[in-house]
Amino acid sequence: MFLINCPFCGEREQSEFKAGGEAHIVRPKQPTELSDDQWAEYLFMRKNIKGIQFERWNHIHGCRKWFNMVRDTSNDEIKAVYKMGEKPPVK
Amino acid sequence: MTKNLRVKSSKLVDETYRISFKFNGTTYYGFKGDTLASALLANNIHLVGRSFKYHRPRGIMTAGSEEPNAIVQLHNGTSRTEPNVRATEIEIYEGLVATSQNCWPSVKFDIGGINNFLSPLLPAGFYYKTFMWPASFWEKYEYFIRKSAGLGKSPDVPDPDIYEHKYIHCDVLVIGAGISGLIAAKTAAKSGFKTLLVEEKSYLGGSTIYQDSEFFKINNQNSASWLEKEINEVKKIENLEIKTRTSVAAFHGYNFLLARENLTDHLPLEQRENKTRQRLLKIRAKKVITATGSIERPLIFDNNDRPGILLSSAIKKYADLFGVACGEKNILFTNNDSVYETAISLIQKGIKVQAIIDNREEIDSKLIKETEKNNIKIYKGYTIVDTFGYKRINSVSIMKLSKDGQKVIGSKENISCDSLGISGGWTPAVHLFTQSGGKLKFRDDDQVFIPNTYPSNQMSIGSCNGDFTLDEILINTPKLLKEFLNIKKTEYENIEIYSAFNKSKRNIWLLPSNKIVGKTKSFVDFQNDATAKDIKLALREGFRSIEHVKRYTTTGMGTDQGKLGNMHALGIISETASSKMGELGTTTFRPPYTPLTFGTIVGRNVGKYFDIIRKTPIHEWHFENKAEFENVGQWKRAWYYPQNGENMHEAVQRESKAARDSAGILDASTLGKIDIQGTDASEFLNRVYTNAWSKLEIGKCRYGLMLNEDGMVYDDGVTTRLDENHYIMTTTTGGAATVLGKLEDYLQTEWPELDVYLTSVTDHYATISVCGPNSKKIIQKVIPEIDLSDKDFPHMSFKNSKIGKVKCRVMRISFTGEQSYEINIQANYAKSVWENCMEAGKEFNITPYGTETMHLLRAEKGFIIAGQDTDATMTPIDLQMDWIVSKKKFDFIGKRSLYRSDTIREDRKQLVGLITDNPEEILEEGAQIVADMNKTPIEMLGHVTSSYFSPNLKKSIALGVVKGGKNMMGQKLIIPMEKKQINVTVTDPVFLDKENKRLNA
Ligand SMILES: [Zn+2]
Repeated sequence: MFLINCPFCGEREQSEFKAGGEAHIVRPKQPTELSDDQWAEYLFMRKNIKGIQFERWNHIHGCRKWFNMVRDTSNDEIKAVYKMGEKPPVK
Repeated sequence: MTKNLRVKSSKLVDETYRISFKFNGTTYYGFKGDTLASALLANNIHLVGRSFKYHRPRGIMTAGSEEPNAIVQLHNGTSRTEPNVRATEIEIYEGLVATSQNCWPSVKFDIGGINNFLSPLLPAGFYYKTFMWPASFWEKYEYFIRKSAGLGKSPDVPDPDIYEHKYIHCDVLVIGAGISGLIAAKTAAKSGFKTLLVEEKSYLGGSTIYQDSEFFKINNQNSASWLEKEINEVKKIENLEIKTRTSVAAFHGYNFLLARENLTDHLPLEQRENKTRQRLLKIRAKKVITATGSIERPLIFDNNDRPGILLSSAIKKYADLFGVACGEKNILFTNNDSVYETAISLIQKGIKVQAIIDNREEIDSKLIKETEKNNIKIYKGYTIVDTFGYKRINSVSIMKLSKDGQKVIGSKENISCDSLGISGGWTPAVHLFTQSGGKLKFRDDDQVFIPNTYPSNQMSIGSCNGDFTLDEILINTPKLLKEFLNIKKTEYENIEIYSAFNKSKRNIWLLPSNKIVGKTKSFVDFQNDATAKDIKLALREGFRSIEHVKRYTTTGMGTDQGKLGNMHALGIISETASSKMGELGTTTFRPPYTPLTFGTIVGRNVGKYFDIIRKTPIHEWHFENKAEFENVGQWKRAWYYPQNGENMHEAVQRESKAARDSAGILDASTLGKIDIQGTDASEFLNRVYTNAWSKLEIGKCRYGLMLNEDGMVYDDGVTTRLDENHYIMTTTTGGAATVLGKLEDYLQTEWPELDVYLTSVTDHYATISVCGPNSKKIIQKVIPEIDLSDKDFPHMSFKNSKIGKVKCRVMRISFTGEQSYEINIQANYAKSVWENCMEAGKEFNITPYGTETMHLLRAEKGFIIAGQDTDATMTPIDLQMDWIVSKKKFDFIGKRSLYRSDTIREDRKQLVGLITDNPEEILEEGAQIVADMNKTPIEMLGHVTSSYFSPNLKKSIALGVVKGGKNMMGQKLIIPMEKKQINVTVTDPVFLDKENKRLNA
């Protein structure tokens, strides 16, 4: 079970958090302009990487804030956490 | 047969404290400190069970948690019964009752024993191959397999014991209190780390605590005495907590570990009342030191499984620690120096060692010399090729090994015995390390896997790290600790060590025999009866991956997870397939290390504490008025209120009729309520609902539908504009938490520029809904000051008001199609306002109704329930609710998905009404809907989502989803049931008052 460093609250148990899938998928500003394929790309396509993955997490049983996490899915190492809107600190 | 094999005072047992216990119906005696296994052995009982597949007699084989055979059921037939208990771990107490588990009808006469003679018919994969076909026979096989396998019985009454969970945070966790664990704990604690030391046994010191001979010395004292002094010091250290009888079950990432602390299992039953039996410790440690020791390996030869054959270290332990001789004529069989330690212990205690058979040809060590001094015959370069004795070993056959160890030569010699101790060297207990994600490396010198890379802040020390001898442990452990704890010095720098142990070993995974492998029964996994022959067969049949061989032969799949024989399985595979040991990998060890009870896993979360129960502030009234309740998520909701022995149907018919004829009252407090404020609140609602909100006047209410981004209906409810920048949104009862979460998600991540604040107020307000033609009169009596005229307070509007001095909100909204008012009031006043309404409504026969009537009334009107009539595959168009989808709005959540090629298909399942030909026939919710019964396969068009008998329409009504249903109005369809077919006609989903006249009646 992870120990997650919420950018707002500090280190907390994983059981306080909810995972929210891949990060940095921006909702299109003009969905009506998009073809079915383009919309499907936004709606359904997710990378599910083995290795360094950018993820959304929510401190649901805490401050309820959403934030981003960089995690190595091959060994569960959390490389970084950062607030929504911030640039990822690692590549 | 019964004799006393107690030899001499020992380390652990208290011979002044006698304890009686029962095993397989007979009463025996042991002493305080005995395990069930040591007490049985003291009574000369080795035969304790039958093997799983061949039902061969099996005896106690080890003295620890790795035990594969001695598995018993405790207190069979009582509430405290427990299967799969290892006799080697359970400490005896007055009144203990144990029975052999794996035998039927009895351990001495076992019907499955016939399998032993049939064993040529029971090769690896037998169960897969045979019982797969014909499938219809499975039920017959299963009965006998289960019965004769006898894998223990689960209790059939509630567990009377108390269990709990406890969180522990520490700087350093040390697992295992052998010599290296003790050194680590002492060093860590004395360096200022808050330290926790856990040990699965009842005592500290591991195997060194009974390593009491002049051949192992630390600072000129016998290692046992030296360690005893250390333990006394360790016990006094303040920031060191020690927990014995505590076994780590799981080592997860980020140094999160689960351990089971046994608190009462060693006490007589009457002393256990009102005490916590077991505790699940949830440990988060900054640093973990694993000192879990090592497990002695058996040797693999023909008939190596007879009762009386034990690990050599177990024989030593029973003698030293419990004062028990495992036999009167012991033979020891080895490929390394370990058995000579056992031999010397036995000699010291006057237990006879008949002979020692050593695989090694040229050997010499102080231990061997000492053994030879005592006139014990050592057969060097020999191996055992067979053993004899059905229920107890009585002799062995030995032969000389060839130089290369590949075959046996010369002639056979027989030696009689009543006990055989075997040692194939040692396997580091790396189970927890690998559970944590650690990677192993293979050390060729002595053929062991040892920790290589650590995934978290942890370290393995002692024999689980491959340091087996006293000198290795005392030299390497302080070095590792200094680096790991980042300290300059330990107390163990200039220590003097003397160890007579010679590390030479002749590793042969499968010992050669004068018979061909196919004719031998050389057991690799004792619990699951997997033999060397089975493994070779699996390889012949093409299996290569160790994980596949494991599953095909069931090696390592018992409750012991193959702690003894997994290495040999790997070794035999690598030799047979000519692959390198280190490259084969190992099978995965999974938590728990040893089995956990369900009680420990659930802790206090049992009975009424299993889940949170949420009650409305009016709950007490419902309870007093004999409501039946239904669970809606965590909520208890009044379901219906039976009167005078009514059943549910009768009560619901009465309630539904009363609500339409005069007045009904419903506790709607469980609906989710979200307070929405901010200058962008209207814009926000525009984006999350399908319809338009900007133009909603203050004081008006509007029904809204919320979609997922994929266009599917997610939730619905009425939202009211309380002020320019202030709304109150209602959600479904079940959707309250997820809707809030979804709204917060969009606000924080997609639209952070919007000035909107969300607050959940579900529990702060209670909602009382009064409906029916007389609802207006009742509300007027309850709130005299309010103007309820249709002109001033029309349908879908809201007013602030007061009941007495208490502020309330009144909404005129309807989920039943009747004129209807909802009073929202601070929760603590809700019950008295409800009672006011009941009092005011008396003259109008006001009738409380529950969720069932609510569902019926809305179904008459064709109103959907999100989650009942929808299932995350329904768009608003599918629901025939096109009217609520704004065409003008630029965007809202899910809008783009409503014209994906898939969502615009005409043949999607669409919501329709269904009327049965026979008005009395009520459809079953979930029933399939078809058009043509003669088509093969029959095409399923959809299913019934809601179904009731409407007392107001005096006929059965139903809602359902049907492929292309929108264009099937008036068409006949069929609901095929088990014994009949029900004919229905597709209709509009609105059954009653299509013109909405009743809303203003
Ligand atoms: Zn937080």
